[in-house]
Amino acid sequence: MAQRAVPVTARWPGALAGALVLVLTIGTLGAVAWRAEWGGGLAPADWAAIRFTILQALLSAALSVLLAIPVARALARRRFWGRQLLITLLGAPFILPVIVAVLGLLAIFGRSGILNDGLGWFGIEPISIFGLHGVVLAHVFFNMPLAVRFILQGWLSIPAERFRLAASLNAPVGRLLEWPMLRAVVPSTFLVIFLICLTSFAVALTMGGGPRATTVELAIYQAVRFDFDLGRAALLACIQFVLCVVAAVFAWRVTGTDPIGAGLDRVVQRWDLARPAVDFAAIGLAALFLLLPLAMILLRGLPGFLDMPTTVWAAAMRSIVVAFGSAALCVLMALALALRGGAMVSVIGVMPLAASGLVVGTGAFLLVFPFVRPADVALLVTMLVNATLALPFALRSVAPAVAQIKQDYGRLALSLSMIRWSWVRLVVLPRVRRPLGFAAGLAAALSMGDLGVIALFAGQAEETLPLAMYRLMGAYRMETAASAALLLVTLSFALFWLCDRWGRADADM
Amino acid sequence: MLTCENLLLQQGSFSLRADVRFQAGKAVALIGPSGAGKSTLLAAIAGFLTPVSGRVLWDGRDLTHAAPGDRPVSVLFQDNNLFPHLSAAQNVGLGLRPDLRLRADDQAKVAAALHDVGLDGFADRKPSALSGGQQSRVALARVLVANRPVVLLDEPFGALGPALKDEMLDLVKAKLVSAGKTVLMVTHDPADAQRMADMAALVADGTVSPPVATSDLFSNPPPALKAYLG
Amino acid sequence: MKNTTYLPVVAGLALCATSAMAETPVLQVMTYDSFVTEWGPGPAIEAAFEAECACDLQFVGTGDGAALLARLQLEGPRTEADIVLGLDTNLTAAARETDLFAPHGVAADLDLPIAWTDTDFLPFDWGYFAFVGNAGADAPTSLRALADSDTKIVIQDPRSSTPGLGLLMWVKAAYGDEAPALWAGLADNIVTVTPGWSEAYGMFLEGEADAVLSYTTSPAYHLIAEEDDSKVAWAFDEGHYMQVEVAGKVAGTDQPELADQFLAFMVSDGFQSVIPTTNWMYPAVTPAGGLPEGFETLLTPAQSLLLSPEDVAALRDAALDEWRNALSQ
Repeated sequence: MAQRAVPVTARWPGALAGALVLVLTIGTLGAVAWRAEWGGGLAPADWAAIRFTILQALLSAALSVLLAIPVARALARRRFWGRQLLITLLGAPFILPVIVAVLGLLAIFGRSGILNDGLGWFGIEPISIFGLHGVVLAHVFFNMPLAVRFILQGWLSIPAERFRLAASLNAPVGRLLEWPMLRAVVPSTFLVIFLICLTSFAVALTMGGGPRATTVELAIYQAVRFDFDLGRAALLACIQFVLCVVAAVFAWRVTGTDPIGAGLDRVVQRWDLARPAVDFAAIGLAALFLLLPLAMILLRGLPGFLDMPTTVWAAAMRSIVVAFGSAALCVLMALALALRGGAMVSVIGVMPLAASGLVVGTGAFLLVFPFVRPADVALLVTMLVNATLALPFALRSVAPAVAQIKQDYGRLALSLSMIRWSWVRLVVLPRVRRPLGFAAGLAAALSMGDLGVIALFAGQAEETLPLAMYRLMGAYRMETAASAALLLVTLSFALFWLCDRWGRADADM
Repeated sequence: MLTCENLLLQQGSFSLRADVRFQAGKAVALIGPSGAGKSTLLAAIAGFLTPVSGRVLWDGRDLTHAAPGDRPVSVLFQDNNLFPHLSAAQNVGLGLRPDLRLRADDQAKVAAALHDVGLDGFADRKPSALSGGQQSRVALARVLVANRPVVLLDEPFGALGPALKDEMLDLVKAKLVSAGKTVLMVTHDPADAQRMADMAALVADGTVSPPVATSDLFSNPPPALKAYLG
Repeated sequence: MKNTTYLPVVAGLALCATSAMAETPVLQVMTYDSFVTEWGPGPAIEAAFEAECACDLQFVGTGDGAALLARLQLEGPRTEADIVLGLDTNLTAAARETDLFAPHGVAADLDLPIAWTDTDFLPFDWGYFAFVGNAGADAPTSLRALADSDTKIVIQDPRSSTPGLGLLMWVKAAYGDEAPALWAGLADNIVTVTPGWSEAYGMFLEGEADAVLSYTTSPAYHLIAEEDDSKVAWAFDEGHYMQVEVAGKVAGTDQPELADQFLAFMVSDGFQSVIPTTNWMYPAVTPAGGLPEGFETLLTPAQSLLLSPEDVAALRDAALDEWRNALSQ
């Protein structure tokens, strides 16, 4: 169409952001493949790993989304004291480091956890949490918050007038409004969670109860660490990418047109609100499931909290700096890509999800090692990688908002000669602040808890908080490690809250 | 003279032909049924829609491929004429400096324009703190400071009540038409056309008719207009 | 060391470690993470060695022993490390294959339960793998008894952790061709398999299992550091597989004398006396003051098992397949 309705912005920031994503995903994979001595290809066990990976990712994503729908629906329909805080808190599991979350879950569902203690009271045999169901449970715990958030945004983006119209027509809200919205939101939510679970490794192994729960990522781990077969690692990483592409294409095909706005998070007045008990039961159960393990993390961490050595605090400071750095970088990249728009952006927006953490780290190591000491750039590389890994979530939040701004104000700005920097500075930035704050918060929190590349790069002086926590555990200091975990969760949450709040500060939009 | 020379405009399956001249310094009402292409014509003149063929000229200068902001044209849209996060003064200031780096004399011009449209003391308010009529006035003030020879009005006052709308039309007449601007105004209300425009052009059946004196058009309406007026 | 230009933001935050003075020779020792933490042996050893070498001893910590070898393989001949410290005998064959190591050249009187003949890698500590459980609980007396019992254990994955690989070799050394049958018997005892030691030990302490694969020296930590005698290592009739942790000199080192000096220091009192209560392992050479109080309470296996690095290399892949097949049923 020969229409010019959007101000021109410089193309290089988007290109630069795209290039960085490509270098850190495809580029690192290439570096690993280039360094490899090519041998035998895949072992039979690798195929078993691929099958298990797909199975658990499908189940985890399906269950996360299915369970999230009634919770998101209830949260969209009901107004109650502390609702906003609850929504924020419910997001917390998504930003937990794996081992912290696993220990939190075990405190509830484990052999000597609350659940089995309770069953014991009634004389019921204890249930074991380990196995495929354990993997799925842990993945649902991690990812249901994300699904709730995305689907809740979908619900809140249905304009109030439509509900009014439906009410006046006495039409079924579900089929008329909610089903089309779900058609648009659910596939992409499912895709994101499927991809997250596709690259899972520690959760799958720890909760899976043994080698039958081997995922592709663990097979990559084995290829690098155990066999030092970089060729097989690269091959497996390629398979992960292929699975990702297949899943993405499938999700895009079943997706309806996406009506998601920035999610204004207002409670729409509704006329179809019978049976509040069902809604509050959904909210209550979700809160129990997601918040009880968090409470256990709090309980475990409190006793040693004040006795933590200074190195932990120093590591925490370092992590905060890295988190802010990668959050800033992440939102800049998201903004640059969103301003550029186009199909390439959607592709770049999911690629980091499909990348194998170990291959990214190993490849980055191979890329920088010939030029600098890895420890010297440990925090910089961590910042870059963390920003890239959080990019899909940031883009999901920022891109629709930018598209909306283009649609609403593109012509006006064009007619006023507002182009490039003026358009970004005077129109886009102020108006995109809310999703930008949310994205920054998420990126900061994810970076805070990430152990990915830092473990491969860091020396003593570059230790981040998650690394310090693992090192404490490695030195038998389980109680101190629990306190470090609590500090980590608290800081992640505080960073998220701070950024999110910054985004909401200027409310007279 | 604003010239649409053998214009062919296309939007999806809809197409519109225009081969008309609008005399400089006159207010012209574009009237016609809904969906006839009035806004499409304005979009082409403003530069949001590239014609399939033909040219748009102002005083002999070919505008067909000029960027919207580089044209001697100000536009007021049906909605979203103001940036909600900017103050009234900032919204007006954009007409002078798209980067909002206003010098002292720019700020004086902004204040004068706000005074002109009767908004003294409202400079620091954001649009949400203004009434609908006041918001229209801010947009009008921006057109004033931009001081471009052609002004396109795409039903910007459609949401206002009748009295308020008349007030705005009078303001346009007083501030823009008397100042010698060429004003093209989309309307579906004959009263608006008669109130403000010396000339009127019928847009119907995929073509734009040449403008004629408004009173002539309504006293002797062509069949298409007759059908529209009912 | 060269100065590198960073992005201004990073430079501004002064995140990066600054290098030592150029005149002081630097000895870089690449090791596993837990060695260099403030509770590990690293700090005390650094101070003791620097007091006598007029050099700057720098530790580079990276994951666990397996990660250490992978890191070295990634860096290849270009590595800046002068010493690699923390491999065990299950990894030395692969390490030797990299051709990155030079003979250690140290003739020391080692206190190992076995004779040491390796001329490339020099031990600095050792220990026995063992299942650690709670005192007072029913303790099986052999791997076989464990397999026959309904005792629940947590183990580590041999593909990603050194204790996991140790157990794999333990079963292989004790049962040879019968290993698959033993693993099949153990399958219903294994609650779960964790990626590393920390996760497994943490889960055991949280009560997820009756015992965890660890070391005979683990109870010493609880006893000495926490004055807690509730953890015991179980003695098994088959004997216990040993972990011998070694260091090697990188052939391409630019500080060969300093590296030699460090290896000699490594088997002296200054290094060895630090090991028991920081790395919680037995020193390779018992220091003059003997072992710390509490170590005498530890389990002393009747028989020490250890496969040679060559045997490990030859058996490893087949053993892993047996393990995986048995536990995937």
